[in-house]
Amino acid sequence: MTTQSRALTLAGRRAPPLPLVGALRNWSVGKSLVAPAVIYAIIVTQLPFLLTVWYSLLRWNLLRPDNVQFAGLDNYLFVVTTDPVFWSALVNTVILTGGSVILALVLGLLFAELVNHRYPGRGIVRTMFITPFLIMPVVSALTWKNMLLNPVFGVVDYLMQLVHLPAVDWLAQFPLTAIMGIVVWRWAPFMMLILLAGMQSLSEEIREAARVDGVSGIQEFRYIVLPHLNRFIQLGALLGSVYIVQEFDSIYMTTQGGPGTSSTNLPFLIYQVAFAKKDVGEASALGVIVVILTILAVQYLLRVLTSLTEGD
Amino acid sequence: MAMRQTAGLGVERAPIGIAIVAWVIALILFFPVLYLVATSLKTEAAAVLLPPTFIPLPGLNLAPTEMPPFTFSPTFEQYQTILDRGFGPFFLRSVAAVVGSGILVLLLAVPCAYALAFRMIEGWRDTLFFFISTKFLPPVGIIVPIYIIMRDLQLLDNLLALVIMYTAMNLPIAIWMLRSFFEEVPPDVIQAAQVDGADVLTQMTRIILPMVAPGLTATMFIGMIFAWNEFFFAVSLTATRAATVPMFMIGFVTSEGLFWAKLAAAGTMAMLPVVLVGWSAQRQLVRGLSLGAVK
Repeated sequence: MTTQSRALTLAGRRAPPLPLVGALRNWSVGKSLVAPAVIYAIIVTQLPFLLTVWYSLLRWNLLRPDNVQFAGLDNYLFVVTTDPVFWSALVNTVILTGGSVILALVLGLLFAELVNHRYPGRGIVRTMFITPFLIMPVVSALTWKNMLLNPVFGVVDYLMQLVHLPAVDWLAQFPLTAIMGIVVWRWAPFMMLILLAGMQSLSEEIREAARVDGVSGIQEFRYIVLPHLNRFIQLGALLGSVYIVQEFDSIYMTTQGGPGTSSTNLPFLIYQVAFAKKDVGEASALGVIVVILTILAVQYLLRVLTSLTEGD
Repeated sequence: MAMRQTAGLGVERAPIGIAIVAWVIALILFFPVLYLVATSLKTEAAAVLLPPTFIPLPGLNLAPTEMPPFTFSPTFEQYQTILDRGFGPFFLRSVAAVVGSGILVLLLAVPCAYALAFRMIEGWRDTLFFFISTKFLPPVGIIVPIYIIMRDLQLLDNLLALVIMYTAMNLPIAIWMLRSFFEEVPPDVIQAAQVDGADVLTQMTRIILPMVAPGLTATMFIGMIFAWNEFFFAVSLTATRAATVPMFMIGFVTSEGLFWAKLAAAGTMAMLPVVLVGWSAQRQLVRGLSLGAVK
């Protein structure tokens, strides 16, 4: 297809070549096609969030359902000043999210580079690399907790003993590190997929030309591959952050936030406040705080995605 | 050079070192999965044996400790035990939640993505970003009112509650993904249909949908992966009657005694559907995970 005819048909797609009446009719048809999904999303996600904001201003415990009072900002004040767990949960959330995203990106980059070469069985290698992301998170958490990280019968400690390292009860002694390991195992494949797509969109001719010019492998990676991957790294980092901030399954299945509250992140804290303490007001205030923190990250993500959708 | 390009994506044939490193790292990364499946085929006594055994060797009637290195004698008794413990209904409820939400997602997302892809409304871009913003709303930001609303509607411990939430969860992904598939339909096709005087419904169902059928399948697969593995809404909104497969796994959090082989059998059955779907949809996976942004 010539460039000119393509431009014409693209213009045609934006404004269908129909008379005015037809265009108007199309416009309303478009609205009725979009409306059900929009209304559904508003009812199931947006309105409940407004309710969360409202609940966060109430003193309301489900254990005393008849005693609901307006509390102003008391819940927020309690969370920020009195609640001993909030700040450590916030720090844990930041460490878990930031650490996991960075480690998963570094490993994902390595995996992608390994899969981006041709050798016998590359398809099988690629399939093995992506599998951890597909495993049901509660199952992988239980597998790691028992068969791999158990201090007596686990494979990891067995291997450590082979090289005369002391036995470590990972989930008791270093709970956040152990959970981060499980999370990275799951998310490095995700990063690999995104970065591999980026690498494969880099023209082989450019790498070839660089090699002809005598550029070393490391230089090629540093000055040609990495800059090209920039947008993909950002996309992976931001999607990964949005998902890992919500991490809940692995904590519930391994440490239940413990020992003490040493591996409690904000989602797990909210779950406990909502369903064990049954404090609607406090859980809602915490929920609003998490949403605000996420919005800050998402603002940035949306800009990246916009550049990606406009770039093609 | 020309040959190298037609030989497929990727850099030229790798030095043997890279191939070995790739295989070793892949095997290490895959080992937990392999070990899970292997353990599901052991007796409880064999499951805790070290050094780890992961090669099934049938036909040898030996005690677990007398087997050749790294081998064990396979048995299906753990699967029988798990099925006897009532795994089946959990599995069927998971299927129902996935299928139910999958149908709802398709009904809502296909028309919407169609209208957005072909710019049938003003503000199509804002609408797209509205959907993505709902995806990035953390579940903990709405779980309290959702719980209370479901309680008031008598939908707690009811599969319908999960269907409703999983639909909302997968709707933005589906719309973004489907949009990217619709946009690949050659504009000529749409114009030709319009010239023929086909109305929107005919255009959509007769002409465009068959062309994006692979995309529809991929979208369903991605949604299935997320819905099947979902745990937070399940543990918050269900207890027994509507409990799905991840809820069955809770039984192993505080188990006492020897239970690893049973845990592994349940875990293998729990993860297998999504692993198989994910393997078969590998090429579309990245597109779904990046919301259609990366092809």
